[in-house]
Amino acid sequence: MNKIVMKKVLSEGVKEFEIESPQIAKSRHAGQFVIVRANEKGERIPLTIADANVEKGTITLIFQEVGKSTMLMGSFNEGDSFLDVVGPLGKPTHTENFGTVVCMGGGIGVAPMHPIAQALKQAGNRVIAIIGARSKELLIMEDRIKAASHEMHISTDDGSFGVHGFVTDVLQSLIDKGEKVDLCVAIGPVPMMNASCKLTKQYDIPTVVSLNPIMVDGTGMCGACRVTVGGKTRFVCVDGPEFNGHEVDFVELVKRQRAYLPQEREAREQYQHECGHHNHH
Amino acid sequence: MPREKIPRQQMPEQEADVRRHNFKEVPFGFTPELAQREASRCLFCKKPKCVAGCPVNIDIPAFIRLIKEGDFDGAAKKLKEENALPAICGRVCPQEEQCEIVCVTGIKDEPVAIGRLERFAADYERDNNLVTIPKKAPATGKKAAIVGCGPAGLTVAGELAKLGHDVTIYEALHQPGGVLMYGIPEFRLPKAIVNAEVDYVKKLGVEIIYNAVIGRYLTVDELQGQYDSIFLGTGAGLPYFMNIPGENLNGVYSANEYLTRSNLMRAYLFPEYDTPVVQSKKVAVLGGGNVAMDSARTALRLGAEEVNIIYRRSRKEMPARIEEVHHAEEEGVVMQLLTNPTELLGDEEGWVKGMRCIRMELGEPDASGRRRPVPIEGSEFEIEVDTVVVSIGNGANPLIPQTTEGLDTNKWGNIIADDQTCVTSKPGVYAGGDIVIGAATVILAMGAGKQASQAMHRYMMGIPEPEPEPKDDKKDDKK
Repeated sequence: MNKIVMKKVLSEGVKEFEIESPQIAKSRHAGQFVIVRANEKGERIPLTIADANVEKGTITLIFQEVGKSTMLMGSFNEGDSFLDVVGPLGKPTHTENFGTVVCMGGGIGVAPMHPIAQALKQAGNRVIAIIGARSKELLIMEDRIKAASHEMHISTDDGSFGVHGFVTDVLQSLIDKGEKVDLCVAIGPVPMMNASCKLTKQYDIPTVVSLNPIMVDGTGMCGACRVTVGGKTRFVCVDGPEFNGHEVDFVELVKRQRAYLPQEREAREQYQHECGHHNHH
Repeated sequence: MPREKIPRQQMPEQEADVRRHNFKEVPFGFTPELAQREASRCLFCKKPKCVAGCPVNIDIPAFIRLIKEGDFDGAAKKLKEENALPAICGRVCPQEEQCEIVCVTGIKDEPVAIGRLERFAADYERDNNLVTIPKKAPATGKKAAIVGCGPAGLTVAGELAKLGHDVTIYEALHQPGGVLMYGIPEFRLPKAIVNAEVDYVKKLGVEIIYNAVIGRYLTVDELQGQYDSIFLGTGAGLPYFMNIPGENLNGVYSANEYLTRSNLMRAYLFPEYDTPVVQSKKVAVLGGGNVAMDSARTALRLGAEEVNIIYRRSRKEMPARIEEVHHAEEEGVVMQLLTNPTELLGDEEGWVKGMRCIRMELGEPDASGRRRPVPIEGSEFEIEVDTVVVSIGNGANPLIPQTTEGLDTNKWGNIIADDQTCVTSKPGVYAGGDIVIGAATVILAMGAGKQASQAMHRYMMGIPEPEPEPKDDKKDDKK
C-alpha cells in the first residue's frame, strides 16, 4: 500500500511522487486532496491530488519541501511507501460548461490547478491557462498544463521566461485585449490568490480559489482548517477546499497558516541537523 | 448475621502535584487485596438492580463473586461474555449514573465500586497474559461492514464475529478506537489498554481497514454491493463553536483538535513527534463536560500555568462526572462558574490575548430540565488568556448522509435509527452511538452496538424479528 512507483525532482525543492493507491485513483475527482503521514511519528499533511491513473492504480502528488514533514517525505525513494495515505478528501470541483475559463496557477499551485483544468476542459470549456513562478527554474508542469488547456501563458517574476511579471499581469492583458472570461480559477500562495481575486472582482469575473490551511484529521472532526468565507466560518476539509475567492478572508488565512512558525522552525532545524544519519524507516 | 462493615475501597493514585506534570494514568487500580475486600461488600442480590442499570447487561454479581473468591481471571472472562472492552469501560463509564446508583449497598452506605472492580479484573487478565479467544459460532458465510472503529463499531464487530460472521471495520483515522484514541487522554485511558482491547476484537477475526473515509473512499452504496449488512458508527465528529467574535484567532482550538493533537498525534512529545501544539501560559476551557475536564487537565500537563474552566451554569448542572471535576480541581484547574464568554480579543498577529465574559444567573428550567442561565446586565469583565479550548459539544458529521441515497436524518443531522434494532431508513443499514443520539457516552454507544449486532444477525440469517416492527412500512414509504 502507498508504494512510491515514481519519484521526480521538478525544480529545486519541488518533488513529484506517483503512489500506488488504486481505490483513491478510482474514486477521486478534480479538486480533491489526500492526507499523507510519512511514518509513525509523522504529521498529517494535506496534499492536493495532481493527477491519477486508474489503469495503473496510482495517484500523483507534487509538493514543495518547506518544513520537516515535507523534507522527510521528499527523502523517500521509489520502492518506499508512505505509512498512511487517506482520501480522497474534500468536495470535488464543480464542473460544468461555463464558457471561457482562465485557470491560474502560481508556483506550486500549478499542481492542484492541473486536474481542475483537465476537468473543465473535459466539460467543454475553453480553458486558458496562466502559470507563473518566481523564475524559469521554478516553473513546473508546463507540458501537462499545455495538454490540459487550449491556450497557455507563462509569467515569471524575474522575467527569465515568458511574461516578466505576475500571473495577474497576464490576466489583465487578456482582459484588456477584450477576452470575455466567464470563470477564473486561481490557485497558489495566498498573496497570489488575493491579488487575483482583487483583479477579477473589478471585472465581476466569478473566481474559485483552492485553500491550503493547516489541517489535522481532514474529515471535519477538528476544525483546525477553519476559514471565514462571506462572514461565516467554514471548514476547508469538508466545506472546501474550493470557495468563492471574492468572499474569502485572506488576511485571517495568512495569520492562521503562520500559527506554528516557531515550532516548524525548531523541527526543521533539528531535522536538518540530524539529516546525515537519519533513517525514515 | 451482622456483616462486618467494610467501607468502599479507594484506588491508590498519583499525587495531584506530581500527576499534573505527567501523562501517566492517574489511579493505579486496586491491588488483589483491595479488590477482594471491595468485592466482599456486594450483597449478591437475587434480583440485581445493577445489571438492569448496565447498558450492556453485564452479570455484575457473578463477576464480583469470582473476584471475592479469588478467581480474577474467571471474573474477566465473565465480563467479556457481555462486554468486549471491560478495561476501557471500567475506566470511563459513568458508573455512578448506571450500575452503582441502583446498588442496594448504596442505600445505607456507599455503593459497591463496580467500575473499579471491572477495571481490576480486566487489567489482571491482560497483565498476566491470560486473554483467550472464546469459541466462535461456525462460519455463516455472511459479511458485515462496520463504519467507524469507535466503541459502537468495535462492539458490533466483536459480537458479529462471535456469531460466525465475516466482519470488516472501515476507520477514517490511522489508528483504531475513535474517541478512545483521539479524544480521551492517556492519563485517563492509556492507549496501550485501548490497543490491547482492540487487539482482542481483532483476534475474534475482525479485519480493520484504516485511512478509509466512507463517503469518499467508498460510499455506503458501494459497500452495500459487497456486504450483507452495514453498521454506521461514525460518532459525533463535528465540533460546535460559540459563534462569538474572535473565534478564528490563533490559539483558539476546538477540544477535538486540542485533544487529537495531544492524544492521537502525540504533540506532547513534540519535537520527537512531528505534530506541534501551542505552548500556553493561561488557558480557558469553555464548557462543563468530561471533554472540557480532559482538555483542562491536558493543558496543565502541556505546561500551562493557569487553567480556567468557563461554564455558564452552576456546578450542579455540570455534565462532567463528579470524579473528573474533583480530579481537575485537585490538580489546580479553576472553575469559573456562571460565566459566559462574549468575545475573544486578539493582537495584531492574530493571536488570542484576552476574553470578555459576562456573569450569569440561573432562571427558569429550559428544555433540558436544567435551569437556564441568564446574563446579568453590566457584569462584563475581561480575563487574560493565550489559549482557548472550545468544548461545548459536537454535532453529526454530514459526510455519510450527504453521500448516501435514502438515508434519513433528523433536523440536527443525526441518522434516524430504530431504538430497538438500530435499523435506518435503508434496509440492511444500521446505525448507533453518537451519530444517532448525539454526543453521549462510550457505554451507550456500546449498548447500541449490542442491539444492532443482534438485529444485523437476524437480518443476515433471515430470522424474523421477535415482534412485528414498523420498519417494513417505513421502508416502503421511502421508495
